[in-house]
Amino acid sequence: MDLLNGPWRRELARLPWGVVLLLAAIAGFGVLVLYSAGGGSLDPWALKHGVRFAILLLGALALAMLPPERWLAWAWPIYFTLLLALVGVELVGAVKGGSQRWLNLGFMEFQPSEMMKLAIILAMARYFQYVPKGYESRPDVLIPALAIIAMPVGLVMLQPDLGTALSILFGGVAVMFLAGVRLWLFGAAVAGVGALLPVAWNLLHDYQRKRVLIFLDPESDPRGAGYHITQSKIAIGSGGLSGKGFLQGTQSHLDYLPELHTDFAFATMAEEWGLMGGLFVIGLYGLVLAWGIRTAVNAGTQFQRLMALGLMATLFFYLAINMMMVMGLAPVVGIPLPLISWGGSSMMTVMILLGLVMGVARANRQNPD
Amino acid sequence: MDDPVRRASFTRRALLLGAGMAGTGALLAGRMAWLSLFHGDEYRLKAEGNRVQNRLVPPRRGWIVDRHGKPIALNRPDYRLELRPADLFDAGTDLNTTLIAIRQVIDISPDDELRIRDDVASQPRFMPVVVRSNLSWPEFSACNVRLATVPGVAAVQSFSRHYPEADRFAHLIGYVGAPTPEQYRAERDPLLIYPGFRIGKDGIERHEDRRLRGEAGAARVEVTARGELVRELGTRADRPGDTLKLTIDRELQSYAARRLADNSASVIVMDCQSGDILAMVSMPAYDPNIFSTRVPARLWNALQKDDHTPLLNKSAMGLYPPGSTFKMVTTLAALEAGVDPDEAVLCTGAYRLGNNTWHCHARRGHGGVNMHRALPLSCDTYFYAMGRRVGVDAIAAMARRLGLGQEFPLPIPGQAGGIVPDKAWKQRRYGPDPKKANWREGETLNAAIGQGYLIANPLQLAVMTARLASGRAVMPRLIADGPAPDYPSLGIPEAHLALVRQGMVDVVNAGYGTAPAARSSVPDVLIAGKTGTAQVRRISMAERRRGVLRNEALPWKQRDHALFVAFAPADAPRYAASVIIEHGIAGGRYAAPIARDVLTYLFEPERALAVLPAVEADAAERRAANERIETAASIAEENRRLMPSWLKIDVQPPVFEVADPDAPLPPREPE
Repeated sequence: MDLLNGPWRRELARLPWGVVLLLAAIAGFGVLVLYSAGGGSLDPWALKHGVRFAILLLGALALAMLPPERWLAWAWPIYFTLLLALVGVELVGAVKGGSQRWLNLGFMEFQPSEMMKLAIILAMARYFQYVPKGYESRPDVLIPALAIIAMPVGLVMLQPDLGTALSILFGGVAVMFLAGVRLWLFGAAVAGVGALLPVAWNLLHDYQRKRVLIFLDPESDPRGAGYHITQSKIAIGSGGLSGKGFLQGTQSHLDYLPELHTDFAFATMAEEWGLMGGLFVIGLYGLVLAWGIRTAVNAGTQFQRLMALGLMATLFFYLAINMMMVMGLAPVVGIPLPLISWGGSSMMTVMILLGLVMGVARANRQNPD
Repeated sequence: MDDPVRRASFTRRALLLGAGMAGTGALLAGRMAWLSLFHGDEYRLKAEGNRVQNRLVPPRRGWIVDRHGKPIALNRPDYRLELRPADLFDAGTDLNTTLIAIRQVIDISPDDELRIRDDVASQPRFMPVVVRSNLSWPEFSACNVRLATVPGVAAVQSFSRHYPEADRFAHLIGYVGAPTPEQYRAERDPLLIYPGFRIGKDGIERHEDRRLRGEAGAARVEVTARGELVRELGTRADRPGDTLKLTIDRELQSYAARRLADNSASVIVMDCQSGDILAMVSMPAYDPNIFSTRVPARLWNALQKDDHTPLLNKSAMGLYPPGSTFKMVTTLAALEAGVDPDEAVLCTGAYRLGNNTWHCHARRGHGGVNMHRALPLSCDTYFYAMGRRVGVDAIAAMARRLGLGQEFPLPIPGQAGGIVPDKAWKQRRYGPDPKKANWREGETLNAAIGQGYLIANPLQLAVMTARLASGRAVMPRLIADGPAPDYPSLGIPEAHLALVRQGMVDVVNAGYGTAPAARSSVPDVLIAGKTGTAQVRRISMAERRRGVLRNEALPWKQRDHALFVAFAPADAPRYAASVIIEHGIAGGRYAAPIARDVLTYLFEPERALAVLPAVEADAAERRAANERIETAASIAEENRRLMPSWLKIDVQPPVFEVADPDAPLPPREPE
């Protein structure tokens, strides 16, 4: 009885239940989309998607019960373990779909680069937590920070997995930006990257170059590799304002749209729900992101702030790249739409991410009563 | 621990990042609105274009019927058994069990089985594979009943072109075949690349293709990205091709073809008044039913090598010297020039001009010949004299009036125009060197008896006869679309025509005529005609001294062409006919009976049919003999080939002279 009457109920009440509701709405919508993508059937995707979300939501809430300072302590161990794992992937990893991303732990297939997206935020937040105000832009501070980012990015690029590498890079740079590194340095970096683009071009794999080229001109190869983008744009465009109606999508149901349940789930949704559906999803995620920014701004310590907003930036990166890809604004990189696309490991990453941010929110919340 | 300055700095940066996120969100929303609102219609069209496919429903080709509505070309149902691998595998069975099930109903040859397995393995699953085509009706119904429960197997019915009279109409009607890529490029009609669609390739099928083809219907169907049919959305019915009614009399044409037997020949029968072509036969011919599917290489080679030219439409494309059948033209030209019909010319068997001698076919001459006797006797000397008197230009003008040297507006591709020579023509043809291009008088003599430069096709000879018989500028017609026009008069005085017609009556019916064999056996119907025997080789003086070899003794290729033109009944001309037998030796003996029988068929079919058994037995005997010779030759050839080289001796069999130069001369054939 003591357990029930103890701080549990108070602690649970301090969880951000509003956001949990928002997430449930997004994932519920995802179940509808996958139900339609499966040809109007719970099998093979919709039901499992819902169950998975329910289980992972419980896990995220459990993570949220941990005090954020625990992560401050574990940031380095987590980061370096994953870095080791990435090296391990290079040495003994399994090759799937042309790249080496998976590590077989015996009981499960584990993709360290996926977790690295989160760990880089923890590590960078941990690093800048102890950098005094005004010292952020000094070279002796910047160089270790850049090294922390560069090591995992380099290892993931070797796999090769451009999408994840960019995601890690974006997360790390976002934390540097939030920590107060001078703006002109970012400008200089952008200029530098622009100058180095030709060099990078030579380092890309053929399939990566092809993706970029096709992104620049999808109509050049409408039956081959440009097919994805062309068909996706047709699906979204043909949806119009209010869509063709639930289960009425032709692009998806007649198999014109490839990857309709994973990377192109947004197009599947937009065809049947139209612009309204798209704005609904963008709006819900906008609310989640706004909550994340508010949580970060209200957080008590620099570490919590950097971690919360850094993680939110990573979530934003997922959303933005996926939607830009399906709308033909970005090249095809295999990044799914969080909570709507089918796929266990990406959903796990996103739910852990949200669990951490919820933890920050819970820690800084005044007692509701 | 928390530094307010740091917190304020973070808040600024956080808001900046938030603004960036909001901006990106707005960009995404804008982009989506751009795609779905401003370009929505365009993308909707594209999605429809993906989803909806228009599938052609090929039209059925129009029938070709004769003047009595009897079919000449029609569409025959073609039954076949198809296999849809997709349905088969969906139902959980495999190819082996299905083939065993099919084998219990119809036979599948090992070749077919190989092809089926190959197709099933290589084609997309939803493409039907033909198990067997050309099923008989009992097989088809057996499949329908006993294979109905076997998944993925369907008995289907389509149509293929069928020519019930086979080779008897081959040259006239032509055949159908798959369009060539060039035709598709020129027309851009998607129908032309529809599998199994056929267009006219020759004859009337080709010329009237547009009318016969009809218009394709369309079925709007929903398909998946793999091309699989989901459902039908709507159909527009096809419009079958028009039925084409010809002026041909199917039974007459068929009879004429049978009567020709194995001759290399052409027969044309025309209505003198309306110009309707009742029969237009060119034999031997090919079977258009085989040509409409696929011609086996061996058959094609055999057809091409055959010296009887089965691939050539002799009626319209064959060109022959008209020979003595041209003498009516010379007669009319002479009459028009004011020659007295009773004026006699002495025929001694030879006609001298300069240093050369022109011979009459009667070696000893006809004695005194006037115009009334000249046609029945076919006296060459009389026409040499008359031709020389009126000149070649008058003869050529008359020939053109009677239809020689022209092409007629008929739905037959590639008519040969022939040549009606005159002075201007020779200038054009051989000029400008006057030595070569000036007309020589000897050439007039040749033209006057229908030899020399003069060539005509059988159709022109038929038209000439029809015009002589009716006195009107009759034009031939093949397609019976409305009543025949009223043809204008030729402008030749009736008295002249009457004289020529009487001459033609005498050719057949007077005791001294050249074609007693054409005498009609039908009471009350007199046949009038004119024989022609056209030389295909030059008879040299030396040969003439030695004695002209009998035609029968010559190789087939060097024998004379046999011609006969006729009309009947003589007193009220109704039908005109022309018969040409390539290398047929003599018009009177060989061509005239055929003309007689064909014309008889129009009046008394039973009497005409009675002669067929003998003719066909004769032809069958010759064919059998030929086959025996060929078999023996191929066995000899085989033996020679298989014989070891050291055993081979190259000994040519001795060649014996057929005619002994010292033997008494055989009488020359009367024409």
